Amino acid sequence: MFLEIHNLNKHFATKEGALVVLKDINMAIERGEFICAVGASGSGKSTLLRQIAGLDTPTTGEVRIDGKRVASPGSDRGMVFQHYTLYPWMNVQENTEFGLKLQGVPKKERREQASYYLNVVGLTKFARALPKELSGGMKQRVAIARALASEPDILLMDEPFGALDIHTKESMHEFMLDLWQRTNLTIFMITHDVEEAVFLSNRIYALGARPGTVRKEMVINLPNRSHTVKRHSIFHDYRDELMELLRRHGQEAVAAVA
Amino acid sequence: MSQSVKHRSIRSLIKPKTMRPTVFWRLTEDIPKSLSTVLMVTSIALPLILWWLVTTLGNIEPTFLPSPADVLEAFGRLWSTRELLKDTVASLWRVGVGFLFAALLSIPVGVLMGSFPSIRALLEPLFGLMRYMPAPAFIPLLILYLGIGEEPKIMLIFIGVFFFNSLMVMDTVKFVPKDLIEATYMLGGTRWEALTQVILPHVLPGIIDSCRINLAAAWQLVIVSELIAANEGLGRRISVAGRFLRTDEIFVGLIVIGVIGLTFDLLFQYLLRVSCRWASQKR
Repeated sequence: MFLEIHNLNKHFATKEGALVVLKDINMAIERGEFICAVGASGSGKSTLLRQIAGLDTPTTGEVRIDGKRVASPGSDRGMVFQHYTLYPWMNVQENTEFGLKLQGVPKKERREQASYYLNVVGLTKFARALPKELSGGMKQRVAIARALASEPDILLMDEPFGALDIHTKESMHEFMLDLWQRTNLTIFMITHDVEEAVFLSNRIYALGARPGTVRKEMVINLPNRSHTVKRHSIFHDYRDELMELLRRHGQEAVAAVA
Repeated sequence: MSQSVKHRSIRSLIKPKTMRPTVFWRLTEDIPKSLSTVLMVTSIALPLILWWLVTTLGNIEPTFLPSPADVLEAFGRLWSTRELLKDTVASLWRVGVGFLFAALLSIPVGVLMGSFPSIRALLEPLFGLMRYMPAPAFIPLLILYLGIGEEPKIMLIFIGVFFFNSLMVMDTVKFVPKDLIEATYMLGGTRWEALTQVILPHVLPGIIDSCRINLAAAWQLVIVSELIAANEGLGRRISVAGRFLRTDEIFVGLIVIGVIGLTFDLLFQYLLRVSCRWASQKR
C-alpha cells in the first residue's frame, strides 16, 4: 500500500474543550489511484489533507507514505492549494522552477524541467507573464506545473477548482484526467463537488461531518471519462448515492445540534 | 384561494432615483488627465497668488508677512553667502545618518518580529511602550548623556524612527499569506529559505512604504533638534531668523524644508514603482 492512514484522530483545543475534527480515519491508497475525499463543510477534509501534507500532525494515529511515517512537509508530496499560491513577484517560469531551485537543481536542468511542465499544462506562451496577468484557471495550472516539476510521488489537491467558473472547471477536469492517464500519478483530491468527484476519481471516500469520519468508500467504474458520461445513468446513480450519503449525514448533524 | 388583502402601493411616495453624470465629483474613479493637471497646478498656484495679492494690496508689515518677492530676495541672499547650502547640508547629513542607522536596524528587527511570534512576544511590549514616548521628550536626556554636538541629534532621529519603523515593518509581514509560506515548505523549502526568499521579497514594497512615511518623521525631528541647540542647520536658520525678526528668512527655511521633504517622498515612490512592479495597482 502506497498511502496509508491509520486510526487518525485530530482534536483542536477550544474554550469549550477539545473539538474532535477527525475521528478514526482509515484509508489505504494504491500507487496510481485518483482518490477524491468528498465532504460538506465541517467534515474536516482540509484538515485531513494537511495531515497527509505534513503541515499539521495528527493527535493520534499516523499517515504513512511508502511505509515511511509523515512528520513534516516535503517535496515528495506535491500540493495544490485552494487559494492561489503563486509568488506574485516571480513570472510563470520562475514560479514553476522555484521548487527545483529550493532543492538545489542546477539552472539549466530546472529551466528544462519547468519548460516541460509548462508545456504539459499548456502555458508555454505565458512563461514570462506575472501571476497577476493570468486568469484563475491559468494560475491553478501554473500551481499544478510547479507541484509536478519536482516529480512528486503523490499530488495533493485542496479544492483546487473551487474558485473557478463552470467552463474553466470542466476544462481543468479534462486536463486532470488526461494528466493522470498519461503519467500514472497518484492523486488525492479534496472537494465538496459531488459531480467533480464522480467524474474524476476511481475511488471516493465520502466523509461525514462533525466529527469528520469516513462514511463510505465507493469504487467508481464509469464506462468512459468523457463529458457525455455525465448523462449516463451510472453516473447519475453514483452521484445520487453520494448526495444521499452527504445529505443524510448533514441532517443527523443538524439533529444532534438541536 | 387566498383571500385578497388590500395592498396600497407606495409608488406615489417614491421618486425614481438616478445618478447624474459628473466629472469633478467622481467617487474613487479616475478623472481626466487634463483636469487632474489643472487641479494640481491650482493647488500650489492659488495659495501663491493669494499670498501675493494680500501682501501687494493689503498694507501689511513685512516683518509680519513678507511678500513673495521679499522671500525670493532673502533666498538669493542666503544662497549667495552659501549659508543656506551649509544649513541644508548639515540637516541632510543628520537625517541621513540617523535615518540610515534606524532603517538598517529596524528592517531586520521588524521582519523578525513579524515572522517569529517568539521574537515578537519578546520585543513588542517594549517597542509598543517606546513608540508612545514622543521622541522630542528625550531631548533633555540626550543632551545630558551625549552633550550638544551631533550625537544627540542623530540619536533623536534614531529613537524617533527605529521603534515606529520596526512595528510598521512587522505589520507588513502579517500580509504575507500563510498559504504562500506553506506552499514553500511543500516545495522543499526550509524556514530560512521561506524567510529570505518568500517573506522578504513579499514585504519589500511594504518596507519601502514604511521607510517613506518614517523619513518624514526623521525630517521633522532634525528641525526640532536644531531649533533647540545647533550651530547650523535649517532649524537653526529659522530659530535665528525669528530672534532677529527676519520673517522672510523664516519663510525661506520653511519652504526649503518642505521642498526637500516632498522630494524625498517622490524619490521613495519612484523607488517603489521601479523595484516592485508586481505590487503596483495592488497597493
